[in-house]
Amino acid sequence: MDSVALEPSLYTVKAVFILDNDGNRLLSKYYDTELYPSMKEQKNFEKNVFNKTHKADNEIAFLEGMTIVYKSSIDLFFYVVGSAQENELMLMAVLNCLFESLNQILRKNVEKRCLLDNLDGVFLVVDEIIDGGVILESDPQQVVEKVNYRCVSEQAFGFVLFEYITGNTEGQAQKSQPF
Amino acid sequence: MIKKFDKKDEEAGSGSNPFQHLEKSAVLQEARIFNETPINPRRCLHILTKIIYLLNQGEHFGTTEATEAFFAMTRLFQSNDQTLRRMCYLTIKEMANISEDVIIVTSSLTKDMTGKEDVYRGPAIRALCRITDTTMLQAIERYMKQAIVDKVPSVSSSALVSSLHMVKMSYDVVKRWVNEAQEAASSDNIMVQYHALGLLYHLRKNDRLAVTKMLNKFTKSGLKSPFAYCMLIRIASKLLEETEGGHDSPLFDFIESCLRNKHEMVVYEAASAIVHMPNCTARELAPAVSVLQLFCSSPKAALRYAAVRTLNKVAMKHPSAVTACNLDLENLITDSNRSIATLAITTLLKTGSESSVDRLMKQISSFVSEISDEFKVVVVQAISALCQKYPRKHSVMMNFLSNMLRDDGGFEYKRAIVDCIISIIEENPESKETGLAHLCEFIEDCEHTVLATKILHLLGKEGPRTPSPSKYIRFIFNRVVLESEAVRAAAVSALAKFGAQNDDLLPSVLVLMQRCMMDSDDEVRDRATFYMNVLQQKQKALNAAYIFNGLSVSIPGLEKSLHQYTLEPSEKPFDMKTVPLATAPITEQKTELAPVATSKAPEKLAPSRQDIYQEQLSTIPEFQGLGPLFKSSEPVQLTEAETEYVVRCIKHTFAGHMVFQFDCTNTLNDQLLQRVLVQMEPSESYEVVHHIPAPSLPYNQPGSCYTLVRLPDDDPTAVSCTFSCTMKYLVRDCDPNTGEPDDDGYDDEYVLEDLEVTVADHIQKVLKPNFGAAWEEVGADFEKEETFALASVRTLEEAVNNIISFLGMQPCERSDKVPENKNSHILFLAGVFRGGYDVLVRARLALADGVTMQVTVRSADENVVDVILASVG
Repeated sequence: MDSVALEPSLYTVKAVFILDNDGNRLLSKYYDTELYPSMKEQKNFEKNVFNKTHKADNEIAFLEGMTIVYKSSIDLFFYVVGSAQENELMLMAVLNCLFESLNQILRKNVEKRCLLDNLDGVFLVVDEIIDGGVILESDPQQVVEKVNYRCVSEQAFGFVLFEYITGNTEGQAQKSQPF
Repeated sequence: MIKKFDKKDEEAGSGSNPFQHLEKSAVLQEARIFNETPINPRRCLHILTKIIYLLNQGEHFGTTEATEAFFAMTRLFQSNDQTLRRMCYLTIKEMANISEDVIIVTSSLTKDMTGKEDVYRGPAIRALCRITDTTMLQAIERYMKQAIVDKVPSVSSSALVSSLHMVKMSYDVVKRWVNEAQEAASSDNIMVQYHALGLLYHLRKNDRLAVTKMLNKFTKSGLKSPFAYCMLIRIASKLLEETEGGHDSPLFDFIESCLRNKHEMVVYEAASAIVHMPNCTARELAPAVSVLQLFCSSPKAALRYAAVRTLNKVAMKHPSAVTACNLDLENLITDSNRSIATLAITTLLKTGSESSVDRLMKQISSFVSEISDEFKVVVVQAISALCQKYPRKHSVMMNFLSNMLRDDGGFEYKRAIVDCIISIIEENPESKETGLAHLCEFIEDCEHTVLATKILHLLGKEGPRTPSPSKYIRFIFNRVVLESEAVRAAAVSALAKFGAQNDDLLPSVLVLMQRCMMDSDDEVRDRATFYMNVLQQKQKALNAAYIFNGLSVSIPGLEKSLHQYTLEPSEKPFDMKTVPLATAPITEQKTELAPVATSKAPEKLAPSRQDIYQEQLSTIPEFQGLGPLFKSSEPVQLTEAETEYVVRCIKHTFAGHMVFQFDCTNTLNDQLLQRVLVQMEPSESYEVVHHIPAPSLPYNQPGSCYTLVRLPDDDPTAVSCTFSCTMKYLVRDCDPNTGEPDDDGYDDEYVLEDLEVTVADHIQKVLKPNFGAAWEEVGADFEKEETFALASVRTLEEAVNNIISFLGMQPCERSDKVPENKNSHILFLAGVFRGGYDVLVRARLALADGVTMQVTVRSADENVVDVILASVG
């Protein structure tokens, strides 16, 4: 935990990953190639982080010389990793943006099944928030607009049908819109 | 359609994760439908997702299969499905390094980047830059410039960030886009502003003037983005540090003004920047500390963590600045986030009073097993600092540390604990036995060789002097039976020390030694045999020389001398006195003050300063035959700092001579000095033998000249002398610009300050780990004693420091530290006098009205004793 001053740089995020409640990787991106260059090291790190964090929802931890902010939702765990000297609030901004954006595109069903059904959208959201370690966008509203992704879920289809029956034309319009 | 698709996956997979049992070959097979017409966006999308998922899981794709899939994917650009197109971009980025010929998509991406669909443009730029190299970058340069200043924020941001990534590869191209980046920096969009600032700084960071200008501009105009503010603060504090700007600089004012920003992120960044500034005074810290104090009660864990972590840092240097936050920190010690609680407690341990220590330690022991190793080390560091502050608390600490030592943990953590216990033992004699007992227990089950050998060494040093040394023998001998070679060897050395110091244990130790002589490792056997034979002689002097106090010569010097000896074999046995002495390790006795767990580099056997001088001097023919270099002094300045010529002198002492090395620097750019030498006039019967001039001394290039002096043979007590020094040289004026000198010059001289040679120049510091044994070894043959009164000295500490610096000898047994509130003290000093005679000094000091000092000197040579006493008097 030394205090070597941080070189001013836009490269804020070292890694971001989403794990399920068994600690399995669903999505992960490592932006600093020097940090855990091999897949084995990455998975070890994720395992270590998961073991230390999944019991208590503490928001922030310091492991293997890295600051890690995290958040859980039902059966999912979201992690954003930065260097020891990084501004913790910047990492929090990234984490919050990631979570809020997913919350919106998944229509508040932030859980594993729904996330995997819409994995393409999740990839796009992460891509819009961080580019090569640089924070590209931190406003979830902007992210959702840019990704412009429509969620598929059984519930949503149920709603479409329901709305169709009750004469809500918006659902119909959505369905007939060409992809 | 899509639902059916998912169902199929579900049956194949485990139910909860449709991607779990994906087969790479099956997915690549499926990818063939990319070639079907018309394109089915939903199905293709799903397959692309699977490919990216597999890549993400670390599945390895061969070049051929990756290239094949990549080329099939390029067909999907024909579809206008937005999400599908975006997934194509992602696939391009993911496959950029594994597929061949990815540049095939350049034109498609260029088209999207310049097209009408804003949603495609940003992502297309980022994908394009991922597959572009320097030459191709020039081809799209025009588009990049346009994109940077595009009015759509996502396009501009994408272009700026991609440019930043490209700087590493094509600095010269990206450099040309500075004007566009400058324009983007004044954008209304907060992210564009941030990215533009980042790129601008990256392009200009080696040009301090440009950075200063940029900072001026942005600090005045004000920014909207909190991220950009954080960036500015970092740039400003870096600049402050580089220029060593004072705290009245406008940059500091800017950082301080950010403490009032409305974004917590910026406030925290500013506070953190101020805290990390070197040499900040308590007054300058105060505003930063007070915002951090506010953050301590934030509902956000990350903010509380950030605040307490930074306060912890402040407390290391300025504990008093943090005391105002003690109440807030108290509230955090029960925080559910253990990292926060740990930091709060360790901060309180630094700032709090002695009375709160017990309570805090109790609190922390309740959850120490839950926290990570990194924080455990922080706790140990705090304890270590505390032990120095409140020595009386060592029993509480020792208990706590021994419990920690029993827990699981990595090497760094264990080492921190062991170092901490050792420093407590050294500071507090009464804690020695409990401490050693804990360490003994630890090495019974210790996987770290370094720690085990370190502890064995300590046991060997301290164990024999405890009231019941026999109880340690079992622990040590267990190591001989159970451990690896290095540990066994260390254990044998430790055993020997017990045998040497405790006569009643000697027979048992000899029996154990005999067993060690059967060891399978030759180092262990060698040591055992050696010690066995030394111990059987039962001579105190031998024990002291070969068991307690090891070699005091410099290892590289010994290596060289031995090598030399083997090259020129002679009848005479090798003489250890010809080997230069090791300069006493000054760090040896200071380490306990440094924070324990800072990552110490493994100590290399680098040649010491003296070894380097030895090397330099031996190349000069006049100095051959002087024997080994005995001691080199610290440089002495012979001129004021800001004069025409700067001269400093290093005194090299040899057995019968001294060499004065004058390092001269000519600070006049219109002069060239030649044949520079320093004329020395001794006050005593010292004889100047030789001057070796520096041939030429151009402007600002240091050069050395030497003077060789013979020490008087007939009067060995003449150790101190004053030399008046004059520098003589030939001046040739020269052109300041070209350095071209005139043809003829004139002689000139320059008077330097006087140079003193004192008794300290004749004595080399040597650390005797066991002073008592060394004292007996030298014996009382030439012991002399005298009493002095030091009237002008007011405290014992001052007296101790004066004696040490005057005699230039090494304090032993930590006797340089005077316990507080004591009226008497004994100082032990050890050294070697020129010529290789050990000399030991015992000074009993008593504080009354001034300090009274009784000095006892022992040496193997009577003259040396006289010299020391004479010079003290």
